[in-house]
Amino acid sequence: MLKILASRLRQGHRTNAFPEEVPPMPDRFRGLPELPGEPCPGGCRACVDACPTEAIGEGPRITLDLGRCLFCTACTDACPEHTLRFTDEFRLATRAREDLLAAPGEAYRVAGALEAKALALFGRSLKLRVVSAGGCNGCEVDVNVLGTIGWDLGRFGIQVVASPRHADAVLICGPVTRNMELALAKTLAATPDPKLVIAVGACAISGGPYRDQEEQLCGAVGAGIPVDLFIPGCPPHPLTILDGLLRLLDRVK
Amino acid sequence: MTSAPISNGTAIPLSEVPALPFPDFQEFIVEACGDDHRLVALFAGQDLEGFAVLASGAGPVLRVVRTTIPAAGFPSITPRCPEAHLFEREIAEQRGLKIFGHPWFKPVRYHRALGTPRDAWDRTAPIQPGVAPFYRVEGRQVHEVGVGPVHAGVIEPGHFRFQCSGETVFNLEIALGYQHRGIERTLAGGPHRSTLKHMETASGDTTIGHLWAHCLAMEGLLDLEVPLRANLIRAVALELERLANHTGDLGAIAGDVGFLPTMSYCGRLRGDWLNMTAALCGSRLGRDLLKPGGVRFDVDAARVEDLRGRLEATAADTLNAVDLIWHTPSVLARLEGTGRVIPAQAKNIGLVGPAGRACGLDRDVRRAHPFGPFQEAAIPGVNEDMGDVAARARVRAQEIQSSVEFLRWALDVLRALPPGPIEVQAPRALPPDHLALGMTEGWRGEVVHLAVTDGDGRFSRYKIVDPSFHNWTGLALALRGEEISDFPLCNKSFNLSYCGFDL
Repeated sequence: MLKILASRLRQGHRTNAFPEEVPPMPDRFRGLPELPGEPCPGGCRACVDACPTEAIGEGPRITLDLGRCLFCTACTDACPEHTLRFTDEFRLATRAREDLLAAPGEAYRVAGALEAKALALFGRSLKLRVVSAGGCNGCEVDVNVLGTIGWDLGRFGIQVVASPRHADAVLICGPVTRNMELALAKTLAATPDPKLVIAVGACAISGGPYRDQEEQLCGAVGAGIPVDLFIPGCPPHPLTILDGLLRLLDRVK
Repeated sequence: MTSAPISNGTAIPLSEVPALPFPDFQEFIVEACGDDHRLVALFAGQDLEGFAVLASGAGPVLRVVRTTIPAAGFPSITPRCPEAHLFEREIAEQRGLKIFGHPWFKPVRYHRALGTPRDAWDRTAPIQPGVAPFYRVEGRQVHEVGVGPVHAGVIEPGHFRFQCSGETVFNLEIALGYQHRGIERTLAGGPHRSTLKHMETASGDTTIGHLWAHCLAMEGLLDLEVPLRANLIRAVALELERLANHTGDLGAIAGDVGFLPTMSYCGRLRGDWLNMTAALCGSRLGRDLLKPGGVRFDVDAARVEDLRGRLEATAADTLNAVDLIWHTPSVLARLEGTGRVIPAQAKNIGLVGPAGRACGLDRDVRRAHPFGPFQEAAIPGVNEDMGDVAARARVRAQEIQSSVEFLRWALDVLRALPPGPIEVQAPRALPPDHLALGMTEGWRGEVVHLAVTDGDGRFSRYKIVDPSFHNWTGLALALRGEEISDFPLCNKSFNLSYCGFDL
């Protein structure tokens, strides 16, 4: 008992203060991309060819679909001019699929709050059921971490629940494998209306690195499931996920 | 010469691998496993070319043989060599072959055979996962409990079918395949633009373990000498991955017996270890750090100093949090004797990693088939043999210690190293008709990647063996005679990968 008390004193209180304070991000973190505003010289398309998920759009200007982007270094390594780079901006969640398209000179349309009626229902208490549908356990572990004392999701009234019957929202990870299609459909059907759907990670939004595989459906979007919140990344940083959830609940603006 | 020697991280021409008649191939495996060998991989390529890779306790060199598998099917060796049981089922499912006399002949991942209309079970209807006969215990007081694929926590999907009398579990059968993404199917004809990403996410919590094994296979094929600096950075990342997951697992084990102090502290400390990986490459899971030929991110002197300081602080807090387990009798009472796999069974089914080491099986790729800096810095063995939840927890606690000591050494070497290259350029073309082996010790155990190239230097077959492939059977055995309410605790003590199994 004394050992436990001594340990309690030593380990202290370590819940981060987000959203009042933003915890420090690693200097090599790759967040919102900064794209070249001018057409690239000589019609260069090195980044387009290097991207493993065809996230980079061709046109007079480079665009980047964050719903497909794995935030890897393939494009930045390939860019001879170093005009393409990732910033440390972690606020990436959106309410609409098309808002995930980053374009030079255009403000990124980060997620807004739920509509008044939904906010009245879920704003103070949001219960989540998480379904991994072909996820690699990357998004899963970084969702799970929000439940630890370092993040303490419960202080916002958000909680992961064991049954879809108790849930307000279904949080989907993974590209939705054909072998999980039925189980996911049953989970959604078992969640009472009105419900929200949250897609976490490139796989759940677009199939991610598995988008060409016949064994999957290209995520919740590909499976035809209406999504209320898109959280891009591979996997998204826990802060990106939490920021997205809090934006939805109008706790962060 | 009935087999060819092959070392971790090397490639040999296929012509040097003896091609045995199929019955001799099977006898070779059975005899070697009856001796002091174990089955590292058994798989079939296109055109039913079969390969077996075996390791022994005697030295770092492994043995490989090949054969042509009869298209009409074949008699099972599983009754004589139980560790082949899932490998045989996998061959049957992937190649549409019937296997006769297999004691539990079922699909593994629930998909159609690759590139052939044959089906081992003559199924014509669309395939649904988990739809196959389950082992059943009959009796008036026997009941069945089905759990999953969707579980209560934030966890991957799988189906667990218990045969119980009251609380007591007679048998647990585990049906997986829900996560199947077709990784091995796509790798044939590769490498592709998405290959490195598939390697990183084969089991996404073992990003470094899997990608390093892939790099070892590729560097073996291309005969690349990776700079010491790059190998040290890889090893730092591998041990940070182990520390994060072992810390998280010990916290989860504590949580499942209701011991909140260790659960709470370890949950946070796992994040501190992940954040050290993020300091290396920006990603908490080590994404994009490794590539064939080296690493993408250097670690300069300032970063070494930063990591060295964080290592000591996080290690001290972790050891303090874990230590509480061993000083709390009510926790120990729940862990000791629970979920036991007896060592003889563990050997029979080929357990690897911490679960194997908890049963006295000294299997650690870092020690047996050392790669990178593990050729210089010996990782100490662990000494547990009870095979229960307590032993699996103790193995993890000891490995936290040895990983911390290794990181102290590796960061000191890195600090003393003059700046230099962190990669060698990898040529694009792979040599034709070769077989390459890459093995690492991921935090769950032995990660095996085998690449076979065709006449054009593309992969004709690429085999991945995640440690979970061997170890799920261990969890099923651990539940025999246990109370069903101890399933979560037993499950956490193994913490196996679903997607790494399903591929």
